[in-house]
Amino acid sequence: MAERTYLQAINDALREEMERDSRVYLLGEDIGPYGGAFKVTKGLYELFGEERVIDTPISESAIIGVAIGTAIAGMRPVAEIQFADFITCGFNQIVTNAATMHYRFDIAVPLVIRTPSGGGIHGGPFHSKNPEAWFVHQPGLKVVAPATPYDAKGLLKSAIRDNNPVLYFEHKYLYRRIKEDLPEDEEVLVPLGQAKVCREGADVSIITYGWMVHICLEVAEKFAAEQGVEIEVIDLRTLQPLDRDAVLSSVAKTNRVVIVHEDNLTGGVGGEIAALISEQAFEMLDAPIKRVASLDTPTPYSPILEAYYLPDAEKISKAVSEVIAF
Amino acid sequence: MQNQDKVPDDIKLKLYELMKKTRATEDRIIALYRQGQIMGGVYTGRGIEATTVASALALEKQDYLFPIHRDLGAHLAKGQSVLNILLQYLGRGNSLTKGKDSGIHVSDTHLNIIGNVSHLGAMIPVAVGAGLGKKMQGEKVVALNFIGEGGSNVGDFHEGLNFAAVQKAPFVLVIENNQYAYSTPTHKSFVVEKLSDRAKGYGIPGHHIDGTDALEVYRVVKRAIERARRGEGPSLIECKSLRLVGHSAHDDASYMDKKLLERWRAKEPIGKLEKKLIEEGLLNEEKIKEIEERITTEIEDATQKALDSPMPKPEWATEGVYAE
Repeated sequence: MAERTYLQAINDALREEMERDSRVYLLGEDIGPYGGAFKVTKGLYELFGEERVIDTPISESAIIGVAIGTAIAGMRPVAEIQFADFITCGFNQIVTNAATMHYRFDIAVPLVIRTPSGGGIHGGPFHSKNPEAWFVHQPGLKVVAPATPYDAKGLLKSAIRDNNPVLYFEHKYLYRRIKEDLPEDEEVLVPLGQAKVCREGADVSIITYGWMVHICLEVAEKFAAEQGVEIEVIDLRTLQPLDRDAVLSSVAKTNRVVIVHEDNLTGGVGGEIAALISEQAFEMLDAPIKRVASLDTPTPYSPILEAYYLPDAEKISKAVSEVIAF
Repeated sequence: MQNQDKVPDDIKLKLYELMKKTRATEDRIIALYRQGQIMGGVYTGRGIEATTVASALALEKQDYLFPIHRDLGAHLAKGQSVLNILLQYLGRGNSLTKGKDSGIHVSDTHLNIIGNVSHLGAMIPVAVGAGLGKKMQGEKVVALNFIGEGGSNVGDFHEGLNFAAVQKAPFVLVIENNQYAYSTPTHKSFVVEKLSDRAKGYGIPGHHIDGTDALEVYRVVKRAIERARRGEGPSLIECKSLRLVGHSAHDDASYMDKKLLERWRAKEPIGKLEKKLIEEGLLNEEKIKEIEERITTEIEDATQKALDSPMPKPEWATEGVYAE
């Protein structure tokens, strides 16, 4: 076992997949000798050279479009978009070209787009975005959002081996803040489309993903210690395809649900999960479903404003208390 | 200099036959559209056949062709059958997209043709990538993509060409400057005299040629392809012509400048090549008749087969969203 940060786990996954398969290559802004804005690709240029770790112009649409073209030609590109906010500049390539190519033409596009998402770092309106819901909505794409080093590594390796375009949202708040012992003598692979029960509990289900998993786990421990309430925390890990069975099984067990995500509320993934539960498990519910999410505003910069905007332990605890008290 | 390259006689005759076949197939497509057999949009290449056919014919078999919505001629020149095209337009279950996409939005991996999306400029970076992807694998494959003078104003034109230039991608971009973007004339789209001048901004060669002259298009595009194949990077080629009809089969083109139309009708590409090949002794009335009969037979057979082909099953709509 070796202790790895979330960021190191991503770097390891990239290196291992590039060693395993010569078709895997990286492209993006400042990812070469500089090692990326967050140093996620540090050392890979030295190992694999400029033909497999390609520094690009600031051209998000071309980065993704070119990656799609190389995938059609038999390569397995991993594109980095420096901040998830900038993915808007390549949006058309993702939803129009990458997502529809197999449906229309039976041509697979094995493409991974890695991008640092999320707030908590006072990045302001344009360095904090959680844009996953836009892509969950588009048929033809897969979307993952790991919360732990193990999952960051295992999901990225699976994403690279998948024959579809995969959006891989890595949370920049978690990069150096969390560590985990990862196996060294066996391959870390986490299948796409499988949620994980991070903490078992019989009283309330919290369904969440990304950074929020960690806050929800804190809340769960506090409820257990202070009130004897056992919260089950489900980490979705993959948002498309969604592990519906995992969600419904947990609801069947606890009958009370809180959905938590860092993306803002309206049109977020939480609405889809709430609809799923309402359609398929309505009789099992003992209380209305609660959603906790960021406010429906752009992400504000000032730490005071950002804290008010983001979900936190207090907001989550309040929602849990409400579904218990109903 | 470029004009000194000799186009072989067999290529000249192929160009002529493919251009004739393109026009005759489009005539049939319009007839099927007017009969209500074709439900979707029909966009023809009337007036730009020399550009589409000659550019695609200049490619080798292993090269990638990225055509756009008016480029039936390019599909046919790369080896696509009239039957597959008609099956596409008719939305049949045995068409190459199984009814999932319309008209000539169609790929054929056996012919290295990758079909377009309607956001035409979005294909430019993808085509650049296809060429680069083969280069990464040590293959000498060139990707050729078309864009209209209208589509040349989208951001992907800039990002794609700049990226191609930086990477010395084996890529050729042919601008079909047919002077109207739907109803918009060129002076409302850009103010440069020649779009090929934009090549200077990327540090790559730019050529401005007569897009109604099949032999010139063939010569210039062929040279750009071979340059790309040698690893010397991308080229931009502007082929000037005029779209001789409306944007699509439902558009009467009443907004088009009548004098301009008159001027360019005189330069109509098929008649022009025919005249030249007769002068050169490569064509005569008998040979033309033989070619026309061959084309008619293919189109008649294809039409019958296509109309007799089954529709897709409704539930096929859900298939193939994801690859295995």
